Amino acid sequence: MQAQAMSQQKADKVVDARGMACPGPLLEAKRAMASVPIRGVMEVISSDEGTATDVPLWAKKVGHEYLGTVADAGFWRIFVRRMK
Amino acid sequence: MASAALPTVLPHEITTGAEAASVPATGEPKVEGLSMVVFSGELDKVLAAFIIANGAAAMDLPVHMFFTFWGLNVLRRNGSVRVARKKTTMESMFGAMMPKGVDHLHLSELNMAGLGTRLMKREMAKKHVDTLAHLVKTAQEQGVQLIACTMTMDLMGIRKEELIEGITLGNVASFIDAADRSRISLFI
Repeated sequence: MQAQAMSQQKADKVVDARGMACPGPLLEAKRAMASVPIRGVMEVISSDEGTATDVPLWAKKVGHEYLGTVADAGFWRIFVRRMK
Repeated sequence: MASAALPTVLPHEITTGAEAASVPATGEPKVEGLSMVVFSGELDKVLAAFIIANGAAAMDLPVHMFFTFWGLNVLRRNGSVRVARKKTTMESMFGAMMPKGVDHLHLSELNMAGLGTRLMKREMAKKHVDTLAHLVKTAQEQGVQLIACTMTMDLMGIRKEELIEGITLGNVASFIDAADRSRISLFI
């Protein structure tokens, strides 16, 4: 997906994990995903750059679809679609 | 046993690492999982162990952590506990000299008689790194299995009632069983 389109992506659930350190954002993402409807989209916002690497890996591992990441000023917005 | 010649390995019998890993000697297929021996009772190493365990659990891997030797202290309750069976002098000494639980562990480096550990904890709070106590609680909530080594408990006179809730007791076979069924196995 294009970066432009990604920044317009709507989310059913937004997890603001800014300020949290590893493994906080990942655990928050996992916890929040339970309340996202199947095929719904979750957005994880993190100020920890490692999260932008980790959340896509987590999504792949547990069977969700990683949609893309938008780098903002000092934080990252990571979009994942719940698949199951 | 010198006469027992090693069998010749025929080319078709050579397996790749990946194939070998999926067929352990017991014949039970290896599943994705993490097993860990927590031997260290040092704050930084135990933090690393629990961060890895929580990450693995979040990625849906079954996780087993075995606490042995100094690592057993991680599972101790804070404060004094009345034990059912009286301790020997030696056991009481061990109990008094070793840290009672997650809040009393020290760094493996730069401890500086406790000053370094205090400064590190302050820095962790400032930078929103979870406390060890919180990581242990989260691990338990995520279904991470915490197993206390009964040999160490016996050796150091640590009783079950001195450990936190939700601990399973086991020995080397418990670890080998979990390790044999998990792809990732660590000794910390």
